[in-house]
Amino acid sequence: MDWGAIFGNAAVELISPTTAAYALAALGLAVHFGYTGLLNFGQAGFMALGAYGYAISILTFGFPVWGAFLVGVGASIVFALILGVPTLRLRADYLAIVTIAAAEIVRLLFTTNTFADVTGSANGLSGYKNEFAALNPLAPGSYGFGPFENNAYDTWLRIVAWSIVILAALLVWQIMRSPWGRVIKGIREDEDAVRALGKNVYAYKMQSLILGGVFGTIAGMIFALPRAVVPSNYQTTLTFFIYAILLLGGAATVLGPIIGSMIFWVLLSFFSGFVARAVEAGWLPFMTSVQGGQLRFILVGVAIMLIVIFRPQGIFGNKKELAFVR
Amino acid sequence: MKSTLTAARYVPRVLAILLLTLLAALTMATFSVSSAHADEVGTEYDYTVTGNVQFNGDALDGVAIALNGNGYKADTVTDADGKWAIGVPEKGTYKVTLDEDTLPDGVIVAKGGNVIDAEFGLTNRKSVNFFLGEGTRSTVNFFDQFVNRFVNGLNFGLLLALAAIGVSLIFGTTGLSNFAHAEMITFGALATLVLSVNLGLPIWLAILIAVVLSGGLGFGLDAVIWKPLRRKGVAVIPLMIVSIGLSLALRYVYQYFFGGSTSQLPGAGMRDLQFGPVSLSPIDMASMGVSIVVLLAVAYFLLRTRIGKATRAVSDNPSLASASGIDVDNVIRIVWVVGAALAGLSGVLWAYFRPGVSWDMGFQMLLLVFAAVTLGGLGTAFGALVGSIIVGLFVELSTLWLPSDMKIVGALVILILVLLFRPQGILGRKERIG
Repeated sequence: MDWGAIFGNAAVELISPTTAAYALAALGLAVHFGYTGLLNFGQAGFMALGAYGYAISILTFGFPVWGAFLVGVGASIVFALILGVPTLRLRADYLAIVTIAAAEIVRLLFTTNTFADVTGSANGLSGYKNEFAALNPLAPGSYGFGPFENNAYDTWLRIVAWSIVILAALLVWQIMRSPWGRVIKGIREDEDAVRALGKNVYAYKMQSLILGGVFGTIAGMIFALPRAVVPSNYQTTLTFFIYAILLLGGAATVLGPIIGSMIFWVLLSFFSGFVARAVEAGWLPFMTSVQGGQLRFILVGVAIMLIVIFRPQGIFGNKKELAFVR
Repeated sequence: MKSTLTAARYVPRVLAILLLTLLAALTMATFSVSSAHADEVGTEYDYTVTGNVQFNGDALDGVAIALNGNGYKADTVTDADGKWAIGVPEKGTYKVTLDEDTLPDGVIVAKGGNVIDAEFGLTNRKSVNFFLGEGTRSTVNFFDQFVNRFVNGLNFGLLLALAAIGVSLIFGTTGLSNFAHAEMITFGALATLVLSVNLGLPIWLAILIAVVLSGGLGFGLDAVIWKPLRRKGVAVIPLMIVSIGLSLALRYVYQYFFGGSTSQLPGAGMRDLQFGPVSLSPIDMASMGVSIVVLLAVAYFLLRTRIGKATRAVSDNPSLASASGIDVDNVIRIVWVVGAALAGLSGVLWAYFRPGVSWDMGFQMLLLVFAAVTLGGLGTAFGALVGSIIVGLFVELSTLWLPSDMKIVGALVILILVLLFRPQGILGRKERIG
């Protein structure tokens, strides 16, 4: 058993762009769910809009990177408005059902053959990385050390991704201490009380939905840059993974989603690597390697249940600031 | 309106031909081409896509050809010799479409379809030929298609209702939006598959045992997970997230044991019988019959029996029901068992409707179930029935206009629109939305 490779692969996940993307998406969900109490189950839809908005703008319309970025962000703002207008006045579980349905609509629209010329249908899109790579100020070569050694493009991507995550975290930290943030948290605790104070609850919720959705969209772009955009990546399972990260770290915290994402991916990579190698070595004779790959999903599902039941505030959360609305 | 090939008999001898082979291209290239065509487009360009439409050696006159690609579009019709040519600005790939409606009666495009991608080689000319054959193209009358889709939609709506009533009752009595219902649906189909195919039981017995096992699953889930959580006083939203975790875990447990493939239940490929415009297999008819009988039984249970009335009372106001001496825990247990059994049956029927049993089949249907329940009004059993039938009809009828890989999109859009205009659902009461 090659423990070095297992630990090495797990360590890579600590600062990988995928971890950054999940952290940012989870931070968006923290704004929605942890701070405002909005049950958004459509974060995968926001991420898909970011990834496709970016890729289509560059491939079909030949936009520069900043233009493609703005297209993605604009698409997610429109999406948030479409979601919010019918549902933000309703009870929390309606928003859950509508957002999950809307995310599926987005994914199906990107999957259908009808728009295959633009979306690439089920095969998705690739070949949009040159524009981003052209902005790279680093000289070619390898940077970093040990498991964190990468070529110039990957290093550049990691720097950009984590810078965005840190900026977003600082933004969330600051606005949640501001008067705006206090109203938002008040809505989570008691919507009627906030309304009695003369605040427009609906508008605050909408602003929160847009802010978290934009985080999800940028996360979708970061998620798409190291790989191709494939519609099957944006299934509801993606949203559930992000919820697992958020609940693990603590829903109403700033650091929770980030550290949660690191812990989640390092553990998951370690677990998958260990099971795969254990199957190869014949330690688990009742299991094939394909089955070993499915164990991680079972594990995530069970983890979600156990965290919610036994430590609903997550690792960093404050028991007094329970994230769950009634 | 869709046109379908009903008797596309492709007869090699008569194989229509198309020419414009290299020889033709060469000979033509030596002469001036422009005069050879009655209706030539794009003569100002250096590159030309050409073709010759013939059937059994006879030139076909007046067949419409359309070309599209590289931002350029043009169309033309064949001349008296059956020839056509379209000049294009650059070498590249173009989509050439033959309009089948302009072919004479009894002639169709026999193979390769009526759209061909033409890509230039080294020369400045590209010939594109369609393989014509004998056959009839019949257009199914719109009304007949509508009736056929309608009956299919009714069938789908009824099986959706079986699952939706369970979701609705569970929501009504416990406040839980149960995402794991998807896995209860899959469980019924998987259990039937194991019992009938692997253990060789007759299908009716297998289904019966599978439904009983599904009820057992509901009992087990309630006893092991939901009842302790209710005792612990866990709120509704955490419960919902627990059900999502459970759904994810169970779904991949199924995939772990059954793999990612799709298997068929016995009798799935039965031939359709024709009733006027409607084609139904005996399985479809049995499925509708079973759904209707079971739904009537559920209605009787809810309206006429003591425990059914207690269920509606708990659904309406749990504390008041509890205060009037109803054993709420017992009612909830019964709701889980009945809901799970209905979900299992729905899974079996869904396996025949799709067709096929797979590890994520329930999850594919779950959003439609939620859409149905929300449409009808969360927590109302009869609303779930009405909502299901509307969703079922809508999904099937929308394929008359939408591509079939987008039929679910239509139903989900309707869900969002209904929430915009009547958030409490069709049969829901306004005060429920909170």
